[in-house]
Amino acid sequence: MEIIGIIDYGSGNIHSATKAFENVAKDLKKEIKILRIQNAADIKLCDRIVLPGVGAFKDCKAGLVNIDGLVPTLEKKILDAGAPFLGICVGMQLLADIGFEGETTPGFGWIPGVVDKIPTTAGLKIPHMGWNTIRFNRAHSIFSGLEDKEKTIVYFVHSYYFQVKKMEDLLGVCDYGSEITAVIGKDNIIGCQFHPEKSQKIGLKFIKNFINWSP
Amino acid sequence: MLKSRIIPCLDVNNGRVVKGTNFVNLRDAGDPVEVAKIYDEQGADEVCFLDITASHENRDTIYDIVRKTAEVCFMPLTVGGGVSKIEHIRTLLLSGADKVSVNSAAVKDNNFVRYAADKYGSQCIVVAVDAKKNDAQNKWEVYTHGGRINTEIDVLHYVERIVSLGAGELLITSMDKDGTRSGFDNILIKQITDIVNVPVIASGGVGNLQHLVDGIKLGHADAVLAASIFHFGEYTINEAKQYMKERGINVR
Repeated sequence: MEIIGIIDYGSGNIHSATKAFENVAKDLKKEIKILRIQNAADIKLCDRIVLPGVGAFKDCKAGLVNIDGLVPTLEKKILDAGAPFLGICVGMQLLADIGFEGETTPGFGWIPGVVDKIPTTAGLKIPHMGWNTIRFNRAHSIFSGLEDKEKTIVYFVHSYYFQVKKMEDLLGVCDYGSEITAVIGKDNIIGCQFHPEKSQKIGLKFIKNFINWSP
Repeated sequence: MLKSRIIPCLDVNNGRVVKGTNFVNLRDAGDPVEVAKIYDEQGADEVCFLDITASHENRDTIYDIVRKTAEVCFMPLTVGGGVSKIEHIRTLLLSGADKVSVNSAAVKDNNFVRYAADKYGSQCIVVAVDAKKNDAQNKWEVYTHGGRINTEIDVLHYVERIVSLGAGELLITSMDKDGTRSGFDNILIKQITDIVNVPVIASGGVGNLQHLVDGIKLGHADAVLAASIFHFGEYTINEAKQYMKERGINVR
């Protein structure tokens, strides 16, 4: 049996994310258990880790830091042991070196980059809210079975975005005034700005790809 | 490119869809969870629940419905109605709502919106505005408490202020148009979309598919909300999207 842990630190989308993973897992051949991670010890039980996130960068960071020993245990699990990791929305943004939402806050620094406000041009609305198409910058198992260009439409809701330092870490983008980071990836780590748990069939397919992914 | 959204809205009273719906093959047409599931299957871009339960004791039923909906529908869900405490927002979000809409409480204390947006992020705070035209003074006024109380506040001033405090989206219902099936008040919607830089949902008055097109083209709305044309099976969401696509609107 494989255990997928979803970090539960008071983030708003924990319920939806858990249910989406359970929904995908029940149709797969391998036996999967979805575990809500509430402390550092839970992390050690998991084969894969998901970090959901809704709200402000600094609040999400504080929520994680406030759980005793969670962040160091998570770093060991992901960076040393190489467990597959998926960060969703702010859970993805936290992978950056630094976030500029509200007060400047350091992130995990797992994927080089910064999180800054979406550049506004005339008539562009913030938050970037709704369904947008994503383009793939390079092939990756996380996009398996999804079509590039117009077909892959997913749900976004955010005002800040991840600016990657290295182009090789950028897996997918969407257009919103300028090119906005939609999916990032490095080694065993994936992050998506959109909400797969809210993107209907395409989102569930993305989750399935993550569960089947062997980095 | 960002798509224009179609949002079916369900009025929920004590856990039941008000006036029911008319879907064939639906075991219980009054169950909000089942109805939301139908809209999910039809490809709705979002679903909105408006809780009109009057008694406080029955408020908990909406949390249960949101939780059950989030278990079967993997689409964005906005929930409003009677939200007056920060605790309501927190519970709705944890139950699986993506956005919470605030109406009377935002008018009563504008800082409620600021506080809620600081705490949970602007992206999940929708401010719903019930607007009615005052012809004598040639302005729209904000009504609260389900349209029963006229605050005499100018809608245009109000939306500017509430957005500056952190509202992440506006849901604008024209009380003049609501229930008339004669289309949105696109003059009102256009005036609002001209002055705010957050997404605007047009509501009130949809009677046919052209009205949805007009809301986007004339009102410049980012999303269009409708109830009866979908609930009673006149049109499916797919038909609405096809119609809009044929008229040059970028839909999913």
